Amino acid sequence: MIVNLGTALEVVTATDPGMVRSHNEDSIGTDADIGLAVLADGMGGYNAGEVASGIAVAMLTTEMKKAFEGNEPHTLDGSGESLAEKFVRENSAKANAAIYQTAKSQPQYSGMGTTLVVALFFDNRMTVGHIGDSRLYRLRKESFDQVTRDHSLLQEQIDSGMITKEQARYSQNKNLVTRAVGIDPEVETEIHTYNVEVGDIYLLCSDGLSDMVQDEDIHSTVSTLQANLPLAAKQLVQLANDSGGRDNISVILVRVMDDFAVPTGWFAKFKAWFR
Amino acid sequence: MAKLIMSLDNAVIREVPLDKERFTIGRKAHNDIQIDNLAVSGEHALIVTILNDSFLEDLGSTNGTLVNGNPVKKHILQTNDVVEIGKYKLKFVSEVPAGAASVADFEKTMVLRAPMGKMNPPGPGGGAFGDTQISPTATHTTTQSKPPQPAPTAAKQPDKLAAIQILTGPSAGKELELTKNLTTLGKPGVQVAVITRRPHGYFITHVEGVTFPVINGKPLDAQAQQLNDHDVVELAGVKMEFFFKNS
Repeated sequence: MIVNLGTALEVVTATDPGMVRSHNEDSIGTDADIGLAVLADGMGGYNAGEVASGIAVAMLTTEMKKAFEGNEPHTLDGSGESLAEKFVRENSAKANAAIYQTAKSQPQYSGMGTTLVVALFFDNRMTVGHIGDSRLYRLRKESFDQVTRDHSLLQEQIDSGMITKEQARYSQNKNLVTRAVGIDPEVETEIHTYNVEVGDIYLLCSDGLSDMVQDEDIHSTVSTLQANLPLAAKQLVQLANDSGGRDNISVILVRVMDDFAVPTGWFAKFKAWFR
Repeated sequence: MAKLIMSLDNAVIREVPLDKERFTIGRKAHNDIQIDNLAVSGEHALIVTILNDSFLEDLGSTNGTLVNGNPVKKHILQTNDVVEIGKYKLKFVSEVPAGAASVADFEKTMVLRAPMGKMNPPGPGGGAFGDTQISPTATHTTTQSKPPQPAPTAAKQPDKLAAIQILTGPSAGKELELTKNLTTLGKPGVQVAVITRRPHGYFITHVEGVTFPVINGKPLDAQAQQLNDHDVVELAGVKMEFFFKNS
């Protein structure tokens, strides 16, 4: 990696088993230097959920770091795809294969799987990959938006017009995802790339937060406490627990503190030497 | 599996298990639940059940469909909802399966996907709970019962409302009711603290700035501190009193 993002991004994490579950099946991983945040919400009996989400996060963090040694995410490969998207896709597939194989070879892990949401920051952009119902939100100035669209039965019902977002809060089917990592030999990762602005705050979270706390409350918490991200993360977990904490809660907050465009002209490159 | 308990004038007439995807209710004979009464339209209402959710829809009936006394067009039924059609009452009950180990086990995230090969989807009550669910599309019904899960409510608020009153400085005397989940105090960039309203009371936490708020003469540390009636908070040079409102 030539551009070190450690100084451009503030990354804060929090994870909590919640009020009901005895153990935490969520896993989170971040690497501010390469601009990476990964969050996975595992599922499966006994401790299989932890194993699945753990494999996904470990695989993504180590493989992405390796992939970008000597490569830059903004460069394009032969087919015109940025390396950022290519590596997110390839390494999500690797995680899928690893979990699928482990589940097949060890009966106690049979049927395990995990959701996944990955954000990779580079060149004033962000590539987001996701599978399942873990989410990424963006706070930009006054507006707070959900960037990812869940792969869930509920989302399908909302999309088909069968129920409204309002009604969805009362659904009993919140726990059904239509896509997960490690269940089938192959899985399609939904990948998009967005422009990033200085001052943006991104929130990656598991459904333990988004099912328990309404978007407006998440918004007001992040926006009110944006001066102190560690406190905001803690407060989000507390809010989910105060509302019942029925599932594991994980959050990653990423603040864009500085421009991190890849230097292009000779002068910019020259300046970059002295950063 | 969910069911409807049908009654007229508080006398139970019959129980109808919602054992298939679509249930029609109306006066005409072809309905799954026929109510032979002139106040009921020919095709009055429809209940579609998808996994654990049952959707009630009024089919443009003349006299309407009420749920818990309110007219509805479309509604996701919650356990103990009372549907009124004409003079008839249909109580919706979503049953808790017997032998439920713990509620949490039923809420685990499950995957819904296309069936592979010969594998059969687990029938109602079949298969261990928490097993991967296999279902081709959203409209396919693989019923697996689950205890009703209450919709998330906003975090419970403490019973007593509190407020702060400014004691010193230009705004002395001003009062601010703490109705929101989060109320920030102070000057952004200089010193900010937040008061959070939680089920068991109000808590103050330092947000930003080099100096920390002082409560009753003692500086706050990095941890949140619960506020008691008549605590005095000093922040950015301004003193204020925290107190619970009467009533």
